[in-house]
Parts: sequence; structure tokens; C-alpha cells
Amino acid sequence: MKIINFFKSFLLLDFLKAFYLAQKYFFRKKATINYPFEKGKLSPRFRGEHALRRYPSGEERCIGCKLCEAVCPAQAITIETQPRDDGTRRTLRYDIDMVKCIYCGLCEESCPVDAIVQGPNFEFTTETRKELYYTKEKLLENGDRWETVIAENLEADAKYR
Amino acid sequence: MINLAQTYFIEVMTIILYCLLIFVPLLLGVVMALYADRKIWAAVQKRRGPNVVGPYGLFQVPADGLKFIFKEIILPDGSDKTVFLIAPIITLALSIAAWAVVPVQAGVVLANINVGILYIFAISSLGVYGILMAGWSSNSKYPFFGALRSAAQMVSYEVSIGFVIITVLLCVGSLNLTEIVMAQKTMWFFIPLFPMFIVFFISALAETNRPPFDLPEAESELVAGYQTEYSGMPFVLFMFGEYINILLMCAMTTILFLGGWLPPIDIYPLNAVPGFVWFLLKVTFVFYLFAMVKAFVPRYRYDQLMRLGWKVFLPLSLFAVVATSTILFFFNLAPGM
Repeated sequence: MKIINFFKSFLLLDFLKAFYLAQKYFFRKKATINYPFEKGKLSPRFRGEHALRRYPSGEERCIGCKLCEAVCPAQAITIETQPRDDGTRRTLRYDIDMVKCIYCGLCEESCPVDAIVQGPNFEFTTETRKELYYTKEKLLENGDRWETVIAENLEADAKYR
Repeated sequence: MINLAQTYFIEVMTIILYCLLIFVPLLLGVVMALYADRKIWAAVQKRRGPNVVGPYGLFQVPADGLKFIFKEIILPDGSDKTVFLIAPIITLALSIAAWAVVPVQAGVVLANINVGILYIFAISSLGVYGILMAGWSSNSKYPFFGALRSAAQMVSYEVSIGFVIITVLLCVGSLNLTEIVMAQKTMWFFIPLFPMFIVFFISALAETNRPPFDLPEAESELVAGYQTEYSGMPFVLFMFGEYINILLMCAMTTILFLGGWLPPIDIYPLNAVPGFVWFLLKVTFVFYLFAMVKAFVPRYRYDQLMRLGWKVFLPLSLFAVVATSTILFFFNLAPGM
């Protein structure tokens, strides 16, 4: 046994085998994707950047029930409400501290009117911390920008809810 | 008087021109080697490697270099600042100096000296001083350990490299690098001296601190070894020095064992190709082996490294010297006898 091992190490058999293996993998299909130019597939349930949605009429969905604020485990959501002139309750402020947020999706689940949702966007890095304190305007704007995709995703996922 | 100055001036200018002719391709070679190194390593691991900057990521290395140039040079408080800055300069200067005697084609060499191989051997031995100085002057523990390891490693493997070179020299009968190549006209030396070729290749890996023998800069133990405290331009100098040394070792393998600029078979379409193309191809091939070894061999432990150097390679190469000279003597093959 010892002699066999001696010849094995002396003839560099292990290294030749390893070289062959490495050479085989050299020409294999790449396992990584070319990220900024090509992106992986996202599930409809993907929990990315938040957005506040509107009804097709343009009316904002959020009724200021504060369920999301209450359920948020990171306490990242701050809401202030006031009755509007027509008697409905609307939010004055709807702030999400994206630095605190843990992207758990509980706000989305707790929302009775599908107002706050987490969209498919995950590329929202900023250069300053301040830009990550999202206000109501920012969230509504997100909702307008991503509405088509978000609606599709909600529909695709609806039967599992 | 004017005539003398003119000839003197012209002579100096020619030398400078020759130096540039070595230096510029060498820099290009280092850039390509760095790129190839990363690409090959990535390919073996099924990654893509650098592919964003420029076509196929070719400008990644120049971009990195530019970044380093604009970075601050940090001089540690407790360091010996003169030695700290001289160390990378010495490393780079020595590694470039060795290229003066490397022939890339018949007659195309800056200094065709008769003891070329000794010169290269001497210069590459001096290379350890740059690393020692860097480790010592940094005045910090990781660089110091890195330098100690590196010194021990380079000294150990230089011994076996020396004996391997002696076996080649016995077959050639000359210390001139051009003549070493010409002696391989009939048969490249890696065929009769195959074990020595392997020993030389592995020792070259250890000599240039390449993986699997990159203990002086083993990042899992020593952060970055002797380079830990370096930043900006001095770090680039170290990097360049290291890669020029690697290319030198590839060139040495080519010259000593793979027949330098000679074509594989001396027939028409092959020997019409200019010599330096063959030389380049062979150096590229050896570098490819270097890069592949980096990709599939895990790092050696320090005692394993020392055992391999002193207990395996040294006796093996010593035996090879005795065996080669015996065979050459009894079969009357020794040149120059």
C-alpha cells in the first residue's frame, strides 16, 4: 500500500487527474449570469422595493388604517392620518425607513386594500442614507412606475393567497 | 571632441531604445498575464471573470492600475520609511534587470553574455531582498511573518533550481542562453530530462510565490504577507515585479526545456514562422500551466512546503546531476570534452 502511494505521489497522478478535471470544467457552460446586462428570473412573490398603489381612477388606495404600521416588526413605517374634505380618511404622511425595513412582506399581507405592496425592483441603492427615507410621494411615484408589473404579479399570485 | 560626444550620445540612446524595447512589451505581457490569470481561474470555477471594462474585459487591468495610481500612498507610522519605499523599487528593478539576457529569437537579446544563466540565477536570488526589506520595514507582524516565510521558501527552492540548471548545463556545455537553446536543435530537453522539467516547474512556482506555494501572502493566515502595509503605487510595483518574475520563470522554462524559439519540427511551414512567435507561444503555454495549477491545487502547509523542497526535490535533483553526468561521461556524450 505504501509503495503504491509512493508511486502515486511520485508520478503526480492526483495532479494530472485534477488538471484533467479543471480542463473539463474550463469549457463548461458558465454557472454565473452576466448580471448588470442579464438578470435572473424573479418570482411574482418577490419582495423588493415598496410602492403605494392607486385605483384605476387615480384615487390612492391607502385608507390610513395603520395595520401595516402596527404589524411592521422593524417599526419602519410611520403614518399620520386626517379626514379629507369629502369625509374619507387619508394619510398625511406615509414614511418607510428603507434602512430599517427587513423586507418581510408583512405590510403587504396586512393591507386590506392592496395599497402597500413590495414590487419587483431590487436595484434602488442610493449614495446617501437620506434618500432611503421614503416619503408618501416617493412611494406613490413608485406605484405609478411599476403598476403594470405589480398588477401582473398580484394576479399571478392571487390564487395562492 | 564633438565626434566623441556624438558617438557617445548615439550609443546611450540605442541602449535606452533597447531597454524600452524590452520594457514596453514586458509591461504589456504583465497586463495580459494578469488578465489571463483571472480569466483562466474564473473559467475553471465556471465564472466569467472580468468582462465589463473594454472588449472582453481586456481593459480591466489598466483600469485597476489607474485606480492604484490615484490612490493615496499610506506610510505606516512605525515604519522605516526609506526602506519601506525602496523595497518595491528593488523588487521591480531586479525583476526587469533579469530580462536583459533573455533571448527571444536567434540574436535578439539585449546582452548576449556568456554567463547568462548565472546572471539570471544571481538576480532572481537577489529578489528576496526586496521582500525581506518590505517585511522588515513595515514594522508590523503579518508582513514580518510573510517576509520570513518568503525568504526561507525562496532560498530552499533556489537550491533545487540550481541543481536542475546544472543538469541542463551538463547537456549543453555552455552558460550562454542562446547556446542553451541552440543545443536543443535535435531534441528539446524536456524529453530526456523530463523529471527535471517537472522539478523545475514546481520549484518555479515556489520561487515566484505562486499558488499552491503562496504562503508568504496566504490571505487566510497573513492578510497579504509582506504586501499588507502597501497601498497605491508601491503596491503596483510589487505586483508588477511579481508578475514579471513569473513571466521570467516561464521564459526560463521555455529556454531550458522547451527549446526557446525553435519550432517543434524543423520543416518548412513551421520554421518559416519567426522565432519570437514560437517563443511567445511557449511562454504563453507555460503561463497557462501556471494559472491552471493555481486553479486546482490547494495551498500547501508550511511544513509540507519545506519537506517537499528539502527532502524530495533536493535529493532528486542531486541524484539527477550525478546520473546525468555519469551517463554523459560513459557514453562520451558530454559536449566540450
